Amino acid sequence: MAIEQTWDERAVRAIVDGLKDEPGALMPILRRIQDDLGWVPPASVALIAKALNLSRAEVHGVVSFYHDFRHAPPGRNVVRVCRAESCQAMGANALVDHISKHLRVELGATSADGAVTLEAVYCLGNCARSPAIVINGRILGCVTPARFDEAVTECWVDR
Amino acid sequence: MSAATIYVPGDSGALSMGAAAVAAAIAREADRRGLDLHIVRNGSRGLYWLEPLVEVATARGRLAYGPAATHDVASLFDANFLAGGDHPLALGPTEEIDYLKRQNRLTFARCGIVDPRSLDDYLAHGGYRGLGRAIELSGGQIVEAITASNLRGRGGAAFPAGIKWKTTLDQPATPKYVVCNADEGDSGTFSDRMIMEGDPFVLIEGMTIAALAVGAAAGYIYLRSEYPAALVALNHAIGAARARGYLGASVCGSGRPFEITVRVGAGAYICGEETAMLESLEGRRGMIRFKPPLPAIAGLFGQPTVVNNVITLASVPVILDRGAKFYNKYGLGRSRGTLPLQLAGNVKRPGLVETAFGLTLRELIEDFGGGTASGRPLRAVQVGGPLGAWFPDAMLDLAIDYEALTGAGGLLGHGGVVVFDDTVDLARMARYAMEFCALESCGKCTPCRIGSTRGVEVIDRIIAGRDRAANAELLRDLCDTMAAGSLCALGGLTPLPVTSALKHFPRDFGLEREPADAAARS
Ligand SMILES: Cc1cc2nc3c(=O)[nH]c(=O)nc-3n(C[C@H](O)[C@H](O)[C@H](O)COP(=O)(O)O)c2cc1C
Ligand code: SF4
Ligand code: FES
Repeated sequence: MAIEQTWDERAVRAIVDGLKDEPGALMPILRRIQDDLGWVPPASVALIAKALNLSRAEVHGVVSFYHDFRHAPPGRNVVRVCRAESCQAMGANALVDHISKHLRVELGATSADGAVTLEAVYCLGNCARSPAIVINGRILGCVTPARFDEAVTECWVDR
Repeated sequence: MSAATIYVPGDSGALSMGAAAVAAAIAREADRRGLDLHIVRNGSRGLYWLEPLVEVATARGRLAYGPAATHDVASLFDANFLAGGDHPLALGPTEEIDYLKRQNRLTFARCGIVDPRSLDDYLAHGGYRGLGRAIELSGGQIVEAITASNLRGRGGAAFPAGIKWKTTLDQPATPKYVVCNADEGDSGTFSDRMIMEGDPFVLIEGMTIAALAVGAAAGYIYLRSEYPAALVALNHAIGAARARGYLGASVCGSGRPFEITVRVGAGAYICGEETAMLESLEGRRGMIRFKPPLPAIAGLFGQPTVVNNVITLASVPVILDRGAKFYNKYGLGRSRGTLPLQLAGNVKRPGLVETAFGLTLRELIEDFGGGTASGRPLRAVQVGGPLGAWFPDAMLDLAIDYEALTGAGGLLGHGGVVVFDDTVDLARMARYAMEFCALESCGKCTPCRIGSTRGVEVIDRIIAGRDRAANAELLRDLCDTMAAGSLCALGGLTPLPVTSALKHFPRDFGLEREPADAAARS
């Protein structure tokens, strides 16, 4: 069931206008939309396609190819957990379970109240301090369940 | 008296352990005590188990204290650490720490030492001497120096950099490009990140030399999105270099232009493969291109393009500065120079170890790493990232060089070594390898796209204990098909971790029943 989500068309238009003449402009445009809005609204595809003289299918194909581009707005908090090998060697799988339980949200999902999105990442380059996670843009290393619970209270935003 | 200088790394690994709070606490405490302090946010020395590693500049050189937490700060001041006072966290002169002392830091000569935001500091530590040499040489002469150094690509494929540069140099078509591969997707690797955060100018200098060599006027750094701190560091360094004429319309007044743009990826492992990266830079999905044409001949926007890894390019300045002979002196066989190894996973002292090729895995893991972090027996090591082979303890006397690891059925890749203790289940790790391939496949070839999903299912059946021997046979066949029928190394090499796990750790697949084991598992 898709709910129509509102998105900031003016912001997207400004980004597109600002970057459309860059070589290979689609990626920088999508990147900026993702960074500024936190997602790439599916409804913005037509606007982007038109500005770059591409088909909607082409733009959609690119948006859906890359893991970073979200198709829906994220929760107010975003937790990203590394699931790659080095972090697994230091207990990442158990950590994922703990976080998922603690936040009451499945990996790859946003909680129903919109408080948090929990995402998997594959290596944060912090493998010498595994397991690693990112809470609202802040990187944390050697994360134990206890350290996570502590960090969550520190980094949490609740509006 | 002038202000004391304190170093608190701004490296994201150090930040992940609270370095920002430690730096703030030090500044506050100094303020409270009325002391004048100059705090430098350096890169990391790569001794990660000691992060945040605080250093103090003294008459005896730099002295290290770590790992420091905010609650240690008052006592550090009480112990007069600014003058090198003794303290439970005191580690002595940084350069004398065994882990560091035993390395050959050529590419990482400045990382963790300089202020990555300061071009002057870079210059004061020998920066831009390589470019100074290069400017006096013709493109062909620069290429000759790189060829003579035997520098091979550090991104994974180990292709000789000189040959690649020569190919691009010889192309009449213009414009040409230099593209730096900063996608560093392999688990267990972080050397690119460390350089970009800790010594970004060396990468910029290396790219500039490459551009002079092949005749390129524009460069791109394709940076993975998981490295936001590197983005800030690179953009700052590019701006500083441009402001001082090291980049721009006339590099160092040579009349030759060179500009660098950083592009950020969007979380696709496959975009680390060079042709997928070029597709992405051109604004498309990261689909692998057929080769030929080689990117060196027809790469970015169809133009001749040198694509090199961060560490390859960051090794160029020292080669130009100190000469190919100097660099070539390190290493063994066909693997010359130094390699920044990255030791990670379940190991007591993880970190960056740059040494000449030829160290054994055991020396790395035991002498440098100090064994497992958990204190349990080591059971398996994965070398070379998610597409690299698994080795049991019995194989750790292998020398770390490209040919030796290939000979042993593995690969060195980008130099990541991930250690696991005896709680690892290699059947689960093999499943993960297939799962990762399915997740990251660009979708162009069936054996990779479909085979990896089938692989997960087959391994699930093995784990569930259904028809183990037959399913293991099926898994091997599937691996053969993927290895033979894939266009690139994602599908082509995913079989490596799977078959090496099967070969060296059959027990985990229930293929060799040991009575105690069988009882424990059923
Ligand atoms: C699936 C896949 C992922 C790769 N990822 C990276 C990467 O993250 N960084 C990198 O430098 N090279 C990576 N490579 C290797 C590149 O294709 C290419 O060989 C390299 O950028 C060339 O630079 P070098 O010769 O300096 O190593 C990857 C290759 C494959 C097949
Ligand atoms: S092997 Fe996989 S990732 Fe590589 S080209 Fe084929 S489908 Fe794409
Ligand atoms: S594997 Fe988790 S940070 Fe690298």
